[in-house]
Amino acid sequence: MEEKAIICKELTKQFGDFYAVNKISFEVSKGEIFGFLGANGAGKTTAMRILCGLSYPSSGTASVAGFDVYRQQESIKKNIGYMSQKFSLYENLTVLENIEFFGGVYGVSRKEIKERSNDLLETLGLQKESRKMVGELPLGWKQKLAFSVAIFHRPKIVFLDEPTGGVDPVTRRQFWDMIYEAAASGITVFVTTHYMDEAEYCNRISVMVDGRVEALDTPANLKHQFSADTIDEVFYQLARGAKRSAD
Amino acid sequence: MAAVSLENITKTYDNGKVLAVDNVSFEVKEGELFGLIGPDGAGKTSIFRILTTVLLADKGQATVAGFEVVKDYRSIRSRVGYMPGKFSLYQDLTIKENLEFFATVFGTTIEENYELIKDIYDQIKPFNDRRAGKLSGGMKQKLALCCALIHKPEVLLLDEPTTGVDVVSRKEFWEMLKRLKKQGITILVSTPYMDEANLCERIALIQKGKIMSVDTPGNIINSFPTTLYAAKSADIYQLLNDLRANPEIESCYAFGEFLHVTLKDNQNGGADFLKNIAVSKGHSEILIKTITPGIEDSFIRLMNERPEEVRPGN
Repeated sequence: MEEKAIICKELTKQFGDFYAVNKISFEVSKGEIFGFLGANGAGKTTAMRILCGLSYPSSGTASVAGFDVYRQQESIKKNIGYMSQKFSLYENLTVLENIEFFGGVYGVSRKEIKERSNDLLETLGLQKESRKMVGELPLGWKQKLAFSVAIFHRPKIVFLDEPTGGVDPVTRRQFWDMIYEAAASGITVFVTTHYMDEAEYCNRISVMVDGRVEALDTPANLKHQFSADTIDEVFYQLARGAKRSAD
Repeated sequence: MAAVSLENITKTYDNGKVLAVDNVSFEVKEGELFGLIGPDGAGKTSIFRILTTVLLADKGQATVAGFEVVKDYRSIRSRVGYMPGKFSLYQDLTIKENLEFFATVFGTTIEENYELIKDIYDQIKPFNDRRAGKLSGGMKQKLALCCALIHKPEVLLLDEPTTGVDVVSRKEFWEMLKRLKKQGITILVSTPYMDEANLCERIALIQKGKIMSVDTPGNIINSFPTTLYAAKSADIYQLLNDLRANPEIESCYAFGEFLHVTLKDNQNGGADFLKNIAVSKGHSEILIKTITPGIEDSFIRLMNERPEEVRPGN
């Protein structure tokens, strides 16, 4: 059987009588790049928090990297990486200190941290900047560093929450090169984005509307199914009918 | 007369160490919908703050609605509507209270210019008594636009109004802008989304404080100097690596479901040439075609032509 990195069955999160996430079911394979799309307020963040072991579901089942979201939250956290546009690195620590800090938190040995951080700085071309405060780096560099730090402990899955907001189109593509590379090395990538062209870079995408997964397939199949030329159109057709809107 | 004009505007921060706006000049015509297109850190917000008279430039001159930004700042403030990138209304006031507040400050009433905001206000009016801090992103955006319009400004300055907003709300917002333009209001709007450039009459592409190009979206696309190809195969990441490794390829980058490719030697038969590379590398389901570039292709090309402004990221 093909190895599954994430399995969700009828996963639900209820706040009072409000269904933030309403019986969503999907599976993500190992090494897959899975795009998790949805309008503002569709329930993406709530679902992602459950899958990251930060929040309990109200009902349904889910496993992440083989661990159960009800009983094994701590194991989930150890086996995933997480990066968001808003928070990832400490601005007033240096590049090297950030790598050492996150490596240490995730239990990578001192020896390993030293070796891997040298490799990492070289790959990123950041050797000269290793003792600079992260706050002084341009946004594009910060994002690449944040992603590298998120997969530094070689997690099974990395969750990326709108990782590329605001950067120029060249840097945005360099970032995706890194995502492809990570996926090719066997890391499963779970990513949300507002850039619809980036949705096309995913192996499969799901679109959430009002707490439900309304569509899930490869980008090509979705375009065919909705008779659309772009994912932008598919998304628009699905999300236009949304009743909810929130941040 | 230009509704907005900038002449050699330069702005630095941190005692001249950070160059935010580098000798920028452009004009926005009266009644025009003009887009300032560029990523974070390009200098867009500094330009908006100079035009709204809340920030002084180091060098250069600028006018808004015919008034000079330094000397006549008072005249400008009553004639422009400004929507900053960060939500800046009073979170503790309700929708109605915010609107009344801004109307009063500008010496007018909600009723006086009701026609101008009606379309937009009607969509949020059912929530009139809700505090601004409790509104969704799309509703905040609409309220901010109403507040910027309440005194019937001649020039509307919108700093990244659609950032972080989903596709549906973004489309609605641009529809609103088109309707406002029909009422004769000049609009200068900034955005990091290249696909929104086509919705403007003219655009300025800006990167690292410098204007790279000012023209209509059509002209910018037409001035793309070489043939652009779209390519794909069953394994698109491998195809990207294979094409980049070929010395005849000038540029190759991912773009939606395709790769966009240009050749160093621009000649006929480029599509066949690319196909041969893909076949020789064992690719299947190969598709290669010539395509019309978009604004994002032009932006990438302009960036690559100025290597000193592209950080060596890898």
